[in-house]
Amino acid sequence: MPRITLVEFNGTSHTIEAEVGKSLMLNAIDNSVPGIDADCGGACACGTCHVFVEPAWSEAAGESNPLEGAMLSMRPDQSDLSRLSCQIEVTDAMDGMVVRLPEYQM
Amino acid sequence: MNQATSALPHSAPLDQIDFSDPNLLRDDTWHRYFARLRDESPVHYQAESPFGPFWSITRFDDIVAVDSNFKDFSSEPAILIGDIPDDMPAEMFIAMDPPKHDVQRRAVQSVVAPRNLAEMEVLIRSRVCAILDGLPVGETFDWVSDVSINLTTQMLATLFDFPFEQRHKLTYWSDIAAGTEEMTGGDVSTEERMEGLKECLQTFTALWHERKANPRDSFDLITLLQRDPNTADMVDKPMEYLGNLMLLIVGGNDTTRNSATGGVLALNLFPEEYDKLRADHSLIPSMVSEIIRWQTPLAHMRRRATRDIEFGGQQIKKDDKVVMWYMSGNRDERAIASPDQFIIDRENPRHHISFGFGVHRCMGNRLAEMQLRILWEEIMQRFRFVEVVGEPVRVKSNFVKGYESLPVRVHPV
Ligand code: HEM
Ligand code: FES
Repeated sequence: MPRITLVEFNGTSHTIEAEVGKSLMLNAIDNSVPGIDADCGGACACGTCHVFVEPAWSEAAGESNPLEGAMLSMRPDQSDLSRLSCQIEVTDAMDGMVVRLPEYQM
Repeated sequence: MNQATSALPHSAPLDQIDFSDPNLLRDDTWHRYFARLRDESPVHYQAESPFGPFWSITRFDDIVAVDSNFKDFSSEPAILIGDIPDDMPAEMFIAMDPPKHDVQRRAVQSVVAPRNLAEMEVLIRSRVCAILDGLPVGETFDWVSDVSINLTTQMLATLFDFPFEQRHKLTYWSDIAAGTEEMTGGDVSTEERMEGLKECLQTFTALWHERKANPRDSFDLITLLQRDPNTADMVDKPMEYLGNLMLLIVGGNDTTRNSATGGVLALNLFPEEYDKLRADHSLIPSMVSEIIRWQTPLAHMRRRATRDIEFGGQQIKKDDKVVMWYMSGNRDERAIASPDQFIIDRENPRHHISFGFGVHRCMGNRLAEMQLRILWEEIMQRFRFVEVVGEPVRVKSNFVKGYESLPVRVHPV
């Protein structure tokens, strides 16, 4: 089980044992990590599962698809590191990955 | 009489029912008709209606699919089932596709981002308190005018830093913007709408210049538009300026107003939920989401197919109107457990479709939630019971799902 660390905006960090094959969003919710709303339940349609993937892990996290890109471009706090966590499927290559949570979801 | 109101909900052939009939919402008779669509014809073609032929999409997952697919389902030229009269062609980004949509939305959306909202909370709360403290205890009064309209109008005035004593104009402009027969089956005449929108543009143009001449350190919407290089000269593009104004005025008005009323009605219809709330005020945030789901303040958004496309086993043709019925999606038992029940501590209360999905997903959703949360926090401080003492009068429209009036009495804690 890869260990992934999610860091809240206030600095609190949560390291979870993630389940491979499941999205990062679901892994975070199943482990009660606060700061991800996921209003659409993983349909890439709400943008409220926004995270920032640390640069060292962007390759492991993969490319965002065009629909995800469109949703991300609507976030006022979008950056080059932005991803929707429901579109990241956890793999073994993510062991040690660090992602940061935004100040707010909207 | 309209077809739908005369056709029996259980037995009439579906092709004899007019799903665009604004009386379905006014009379609250839509439930059974749309339940049949979800079960029998979830992607349904209606060949004739006062608004022309259109498809009805009624299941939650299908609505998400259409709403997220802006390439095949365009928001241009309009997002109401009816067409917009051409004489005031206001440009609104809600009725634009990417990339133009994205540019315009990005310019204004940080205004309503949670960071700004936190700064507004104190002011909003003080206004809510003043409204609630002024209510006539022991008398019957209209919750819609005295609380819901009053509150949302004050909110709008705050957002624009609009002259406070003229704030009722904002409500008026909002009411007429989408209220004509051709647009949504409402009662506003095209002339009245034209005149009103002209006045709105004139007033806001004057306000723009005044604010430009006297810049202030504020984060009202007009100042923010002036500060952003993308929108700094918006006043020179009057139809774009008017479009954005209408979007924020309409977006932030009816919807919040009708949620503020719907919540009172729902708690009266489901008294055991009211008891839960009395016992535990920390349920307010999840109740707010449930109110917005249960009410579904906007009944639909419309799209136009950009190509022939197969969807849900049906052949949708290029340029066909495709209507996503949000109020039906929110009552879809395939996506939401016991959807007709109002349950303030649902497991996943934010999983509703009232704000839409995809790139057009409601920009003001956090603002709306905050207003309603504050309203209920302050109501519960003051009143044990906001009692509904008569029948609600509902709005005649196929778009705005809301209330004209709701008689209540308030009982202090
Ligand atoms: C409970 C209250 C509200 C409800 C139910 C609601 C509902 C909606 C819906 C259904 C859409 C279209 C979504 C889609 O096409 O997928 C929308 C868009 C929009 N709403 Fe709201 N709204 C609410 C409050 C507000 C408020 C308070 C504002 C004020 C800032 C606002 C501003 C907007 C804007 C600007 C858009 C256009 C977004 C775009 O096209 O990108 N709304 N809203
Ligand atoms: S959960 Fe909605 S976009 Fe990821």
